[in-house]
Amino acid sequence: MRPETEAELSEMVRGAEGSLLLRGGGTRRLGSGVGGLLDLSGLSGISLYEPGALTLVAGAGTPLTEVEALLAGARQRLAFEVPDLRGLLGREGVSTLGGVAAANASGPRRVQVGACRDHLLGLRFVNGMGVAIKSGGRVMKNVTGLDLVKLLAGSHGVLGVISEVALKVQAVPEAAATLVGSRGLADGLAALRAALGSPYDVSGAAYVDGAALIRVEGMAGSVAYRAQALQARLGGAWDVVEGADLWRGVRDVSAFAGADGAVWRVSVKPSDALAVVTGLAGVAHRAVFDWGGGLIWLLVAAEVDVRARVPGGHATLVRALPGMEAVPVFPPETAAVAALTRGLRAQFDPRGILNAGMMG
Amino acid sequence: MDMPKPDARVLDAREAVVARLRTVLPGDAVISDPAETRAYDCDALTAYRCAPLAVVLPRTTAEVSAVLAACSALGVKVVPRGSGTSLAGGALPTADCVVLGVARMNAVIETDYANRFIKVQSGRTNLSVTGAVEAEGWFYAPDPSSQLACAIAGNIAMNSGGAHCLKYGVTTNNLLGVTLVLMSGEVVEIGGPWLEAGGIDLLGVICGSEGQLGVVTEATLRILPRPEGARPVLMGFDANAVAGACVADIIKAGILPVAIEFMDRPCIRATEEFAHAGYPDCEALLIIEVEGSPAEIDEQLARIKAIAARHQPVAYRESGSEEESRKIWLGRKSAFGAMGNINDYMCLDGTIPVSELPFVLRRIGEMSAEVGLDVANVFHAGDGNMHPLILYDANKPGDLERCEAFGAAILRLCVEVGGCLTGEHGVGIEKRDLMQVQFSDADLEAQLTVKDVFDPGWLLNPAKVFPLAVTAARRAG
Ligand SMILES: Cc1cc2nc3c(=O)[nH]c(=O)nc-3n(C[C@H](O)[C@H](O)[C@H](O)COP(=O)(O)OP(=O)(O)OC[C@H]3O[C@@H](n4cnc5c(N)ncnc54)[C@H](O)[C@@H]3O)c2cc1C
Repeated sequence: MRPETEAELSEMVRGAEGSLLLRGGGTRRLGSGVGGLLDLSGLSGISLYEPGALTLVAGAGTPLTEVEALLAGARQRLAFEVPDLRGLLGREGVSTLGGVAAANASGPRRVQVGACRDHLLGLRFVNGMGVAIKSGGRVMKNVTGLDLVKLLAGSHGVLGVISEVALKVQAVPEAAATLVGSRGLADGLAALRAALGSPYDVSGAAYVDGAALIRVEGMAGSVAYRAQALQARLGGAWDVVEGADLWRGVRDVSAFAGADGAVWRVSVKPSDALAVVTGLAGVAHRAVFDWGGGLIWLLVAAEVDVRARVPGGHATLVRALPGMEAVPVFPPETAAVAALTRGLRAQFDPRGILNAGMMG
Repeated sequence: MDMPKPDARVLDAREAVVARLRTVLPGDAVISDPAETRAYDCDALTAYRCAPLAVVLPRTTAEVSAVLAACSALGVKVVPRGSGTSLAGGALPTADCVVLGVARMNAVIETDYANRFIKVQSGRTNLSVTGAVEAEGWFYAPDPSSQLACAIAGNIAMNSGGAHCLKYGVTTNNLLGVTLVLMSGEVVEIGGPWLEAGGIDLLGVICGSEGQLGVVTEATLRILPRPEGARPVLMGFDANAVAGACVADIIKAGILPVAIEFMDRPCIRATEEFAHAGYPDCEALLIIEVEGSPAEIDEQLARIKAIAARHQPVAYRESGSEEESRKIWLGRKSAFGAMGNINDYMCLDGTIPVSELPFVLRRIGEMSAEVGLDVANVFHAGDGNMHPLILYDANKPGDLERCEAFGAAILRLCVEVGGCLTGEHGVGIEKRDLMQVQFSDADLEAQLTVKDVFDPGWLLNPAKVFPLAVTAARRAG
């Protein structure tokens, strides 16, 4: 099924007799799903773009590349740096805006500007009964009624099928520079936290392959000043690399793209990052750290129980290996949170047909 | 404005309810003497008042849980309260409710600079969160003008903003986790000092839920290192539309000031008489503040000045000292006080796409002339969050009603041009009956079902946010 309007989408969901497997571009789904394919790529098209108001509204099936190209023409961008996980997950296809919102897909700049959900001004979606619902709008500040936008963002389709997305966009800054410093793990992670604790408005803080990466963006003079000030504050030797290319690799975890193993996404307090990895001593693993250490991408063998080694925080199984079918993809929830989540799912999708089996 | 008829069964059981509350709380935490509960009869929407059945002031999450469990068992409604500065009547009691105030829960639980968060009890005031970390050079970014008084609890419930939210975002963008007590008494931990919890974003729907879903007792908040410096610039224009175009050009140019504030002529005149800030007498005035080191500030202001020059400002004044900065902000910060000095006023906070600013300001002017009530505009221009202040005379019969009708017309206009009813103050009782202007029945029903999940008995702050007719069946239980 491939609806081309929200009305058709409503009709299809209302009439569905079994589970529906939602697909935007199929580029970032987690876990395996069951059900008849609901292809959302037909809900495509940018209906509003006002650069002076930093606002863009588009159908959920609109290709991300189309949005990015239009924004680039006006020297604007999506601030939250959408990861392209096709290499990591071994997928092909065209990433769509609806999928980005449903996955709350957010990259390295999250430490500075927040996640995808923080840039979603409004959504339209169709619930599991086929009813079309609007939440939020297209303005920068909006506290009118309950914020269902946040609820839907990151819900991986289980509460509703997103049909339209309104986003806040950002001007591309004039300049960007990254401090690159070769450091041991403990020193490197400490440098990331020190940088984030400085007044220099760091927009990226990652540790990959023995190097700490710290990014600043803004006006040319300001970037030069902050790159200098950060080096003085952090000490030791740093190279300054201009431009933003090396962040694509961090964003997309390209280090793990062709490598064998299960991939986990671990979210912890930044200062716990070291303990997570030292806890894996003696176990073959690779790690990429983003968000100042708050996000750890782990590459391990199938049998490694990553969740048992995360002190406080959450681990999501992003890429499973054969034989891991019994391992839940999403982190387990406390009984109280699970009960609320179940309650919401029962209200929004009483038949349990939307992406059945996702999110526990 | 209607409120539901109080539940006679609960009013009759008043003594028993108070007695029960005294069994779960220390004696000084239950207030039932009407002379003492009077302070809780209203919030900052003072046009509406009502004495509650009783007020409780618990000190811990466990006490909050015990109160809610007891009220649940007795079928008694609860209205949560922070500091009572809501402008929307969010904390207005009903005669058959218990007001649960978190003001005594004001401790700092944990401060963690390495991980950039602070955990506080929710009754702590906004400003004293920054107060707890400023000696180390840090701050909590959302800064409502009421920050000296308002509590984090109210900020979370209203998803409050502030002058600096253009750069730093509003409460929801700076909130990492909460301890939430459900009406049943169950305590739920949601989120925490990490960025991602994996499941459905419950925190996102709790923030801004106006006390509909649960009582927030503790909060984990993002803190940030204080910038090296800040400097405002003031500029005057001879038309609202020109000032609006200047704002759009600055934003388009990719400059990110921390604040862009706008005042129109009626507001400039009134504040000038009141505060003597030395503002130019012009149609529209912008205050723009940027942050950074002195050189970074110079770089940004040079760019802003060049953009402003294209719009022929009639005044341009860059602060050269602390004292000049204070003077530039003085008028803006006294705007509400200045208005209150002239008259009673009602403060709206509809938000519109910034491109619609000139049109909406013109329409408000025309409507003001038709209705015969003056309006002054002062607002956050960078994000289109308007604050039209409608002046009226509370002692003149019919004036409040005329003012409310005018306010509703302005909010309808905001929605018509693609905006919303409220950008930061919340719906409360004030905009409750306008919700159908912005939302369809299906949109509202989806919101109600969320409340059904968190508060199936509809006992928590039940007569707010949604039109009474829409919630009647649910409230009847
Ligand atoms: C002079 C003035 C200036 C203002 N400026 C701004 C501004 O710049 N920006 C802005 O956004 N707002 C502003 N406000 C509005 C107001 O200050 C905010 O809405 C504030 O967040 C309310 O906080 P409070 O603690 O006073 O909450 P209250 O008024 O006590 O309550 C507000 C709402 O929160 C609910 N609530 C309270 N505590 C809890 C809890 N523990 N759990 C769940 N729900 C709870 C209440 O039921 C109510 O619905 C201003 C108000 C005034 C009077």
